[in-house]
Amino acid sequence: MSYLELRAVAKRYGPVDALTRVDLTVAPGTLTAVLGPSGCGKTTLLRCVAGFEHIDAGSITVDGRTVAGDSTHLAPHRRKVAIVPQESALFPHLSVRDNVAYGLDRATRRTSRVHEVLTLVGLADHGDRMPHQLSGGQQQRIAVARALAPRPALILLDEPFSSLDAALRADLRDDIRAALRADGATAVLVTHDQGEALSVADQVAVMRAGAIVQAATPADIYHHPTDPWTAAFIGDAILLTGQVHDGTLHTPLGAVPIAPPRPGWSAPTTTEVDVMLRPEQIRVGRADEGVPATVETIAFHGHDALITLRLTDAGTITARVFGTTGLPAAGALVGLRVEGTALTWATRMPVPVPTPPEHDRRRPVGPRRDRAEPGVGH
Amino acid sequence: MTLIPLAYLVVRTGEAGWTRITEELLTRRVSRLALHTLGLATVVTVGCLLLGVGAAFLVVRTNLPMRRLFAVLAALPLAVPTYIAAFTWVSTVDGFEGFWPAALVLTLCSYPYVFLPVAAALAGSDPAQEEVSRSLGRGGWATFTAVTLRQIRPALTGGGLLVALYVLADFGAVSILRADTFTRAIFIAFDLGFDRTGALVLSLVLVGLTVLILAGETATRRPGRRYASLRGARRSPTRIDLGRWGWPAVGGLTAVALLALGVPAASLARRLAEGVSRPGDWTEVATAAGNSLSLSLAGAALTMLLALPLGLLTARAPGMISTVLERLSYLSHALPGLVIGLSLVFFGINVVYPLYQSTALLALGYAALFLPLATAAVTGAAAQAPPVLEDVARSLGRGPVTVLRTVTLPLTLPGIAAGVALVFLACMKELPATLLLRPTGTDTLATELWTNTSVAAYAAAAPYAALLVGLSSVPTWLLTARTGVLIKENQS
Repeated sequence: MSYLELRAVAKRYGPVDALTRVDLTVAPGTLTAVLGPSGCGKTTLLRCVAGFEHIDAGSITVDGRTVAGDSTHLAPHRRKVAIVPQESALFPHLSVRDNVAYGLDRATRRTSRVHEVLTLVGLADHGDRMPHQLSGGQQQRIAVARALAPRPALILLDEPFSSLDAALRADLRDDIRAALRADGATAVLVTHDQGEALSVADQVAVMRAGAIVQAATPADIYHHPTDPWTAAFIGDAILLTGQVHDGTLHTPLGAVPIAPPRPGWSAPTTTEVDVMLRPEQIRVGRADEGVPATVETIAFHGHDALITLRLTDAGTITARVFGTTGLPAAGALVGLRVEGTALTWATRMPVPVPTPPEHDRRRPVGPRRDRAEPGVGH
Repeated sequence: MTLIPLAYLVVRTGEAGWTRITEELLTRRVSRLALHTLGLATVVTVGCLLLGVGAAFLVVRTNLPMRRLFAVLAALPLAVPTYIAAFTWVSTVDGFEGFWPAALVLTLCSYPYVFLPVAAALAGSDPAQEEVSRSLGRGGWATFTAVTLRQIRPALTGGGLLVALYVLADFGAVSILRADTFTRAIFIAFDLGFDRTGALVLSLVLVGLTVLILAGETATRRPGRRYASLRGARRSPTRIDLGRWGWPAVGGLTAVALLALGVPAASLARRLAEGVSRPGDWTEVATAAGNSLSLSLAGAALTMLLALPLGLLTARAPGMISTVLERLSYLSHALPGLVIGLSLVFFGINVVYPLYQSTALLALGYAALFLPLATAAVTGAAAQAPPVLEDVARSLGRGPVTVLRTVTLPLTLPGIAAGVALVFLACMKELPATLLLRPTGTDTLATELWTNTSVAAYAAAAPYAALLVGLSSVPTWLLTARTGVLIKENQS
């Protein structure tokens, strides 16, 4: 049984198709990340599930009950779908405890439920504070606790970490993931940050232009993206053109084995193909071994380094190198080898390849910290 | 609804015929009135800008001794209605009348309109921009003119506009000080000769001047947006060490405060001492206070009734219609109270005679004058309860009525109540529209003061003036507190 099921959901604002056709299934007790660039319809999707928008076609089922469909539109407060908005939106006139208790009925308020969820998010001793006395990260924790408290069928998180700085964000999302799991909650997280989606979700649903392009486990979606666009959107990708002759793939990086077929993907039979490799598949060695290339720039990240390499006749590619001692110098001649297999697709009209958000490229290397000073910026 | 009076004004003037209008318009008297009015507006605006910016800079950006005290003193003149300031001056200094005395009194009363926004802008502006300018080799004065002044430009033009409109609309001070301006001429034409056409034509010219100034401000406002500060963490600005200029600066600000507040206070105290000795006065004062209270209550209630839908619409459904509605109500705010009063008089006599000289018509006049004040309060209050809070509450299983009761109302009511209080006090202070529209025989604090002053019964006028000043200090305090000038230095 699935907790959330969307079938062919469509939503139009005047002439604009916000959602063209969304199909998605979320299993109970799991976290699904809906990942997409800004403006792809993620937030609209969330508002449709929560009941703040009427859908134009399709159906939405929560916990076996159709909440939106042909002639049904259940009001938001009858859906048992709690939201955690981007800016936390704590009720400013209520204490932390009253915020968390807001969705509870009279009987449950007298139980230890409020204390329980506050403990889950690590703020058990903050019940008497007012929202403005909390830091941004603490406010988000309380917003999650407030959504968890009434044990809703589903929790929707709308980019809840995007307003926080990178170091704080990583800690907070791990803690919140743990809290959701400890409470057995089913949740959908909307984000444009692929690192966030891959690291916390059980299932990642990639969205583009109002439709779900692919929904799979993080590992699956990273290693087997459904098309070049998704490949480039999920992490760094090397996109090349290649030719297939007698079952062998020839690329500017030499002959590369083609990945074995699997459900949802098999190698095309055409000659001209698009080829995708990940930067960590490139081995950088001595100039006389493998395909020759020149080192252009090196971006050092501490735990790894991204090397931009110029091939003699096929532009530049990037290679990820771990164990960052003995890196080649800029301008050095090196030889390249490919490890593993390549994904190929029949060459089509190119889809503009997205650039991943800037902050994902500079992960913090220092110790993580949580900001504890209250009332920052108030 | 607030534009009824204005539309009616245009229609009635049109009926008088073009020859009659041009006859009235193209006289030497009108050109002299225009010259005087514009001259007064210019002199007062320039004076207020110098005084306001100077005081704001000293208070916010230097190590002036007793800065918080001077911040309060610089804001306090707002609590003195111009007609009361004028009355205290004229009752203190013999022969204090004409253009320059009026300019002095109006400047002293209205420079807080520049001081408050500029002080807030200076306190909120990003010192990093100034530091960049200094690091690029610009000196202190060059940085002030090239960076600081541009940062505070929106506040500067906004405050200046407010002062200019205020001078155009002012009726009490110019009448008491016998400065020849449009408002005074309109009132005389209406009151003495019952010269309707004359009063109407002069009103329209005044409206024209108002629109002209508003249009000028709109034209300069757009480029001002470019100077909006960037997002990001801000530090409070560094203060300039005044050194041995500290005490001269204190002396200057003290002199201004003495002129703006000391003279009215001393004069009121002296006249009050004389006035109280006369028996029977206090019942009159009490009656007038009662009338002021009930009329202002009616005005505030009607204004808020109209402002609630308008303000909520502006806050929740920003779009063409709400913007246009808001702008229109601001236009009527810029109209002098005298013109609104006058047009409502004609409207009452000719269209809704049963309402003429009734509380209802006066309340409508107050509504036309103070609707923007109330709308701003409602919009601000609605912003305290953004829709996302209601969304969250709904998603937690609470129905619309419960959400209204537990989230929306608790968050918005304080703001709306403050708006009602502000409008209520503005109604109490209002003079010209009250004079024209009040029910016959009903005297309020403001009109009693006016009546007594016009027959030079200064001692009799004093109790009314004292009561009004006391009441007016309340919204002034609210206004000052809101700009953040009074907030103590941040600990961080």
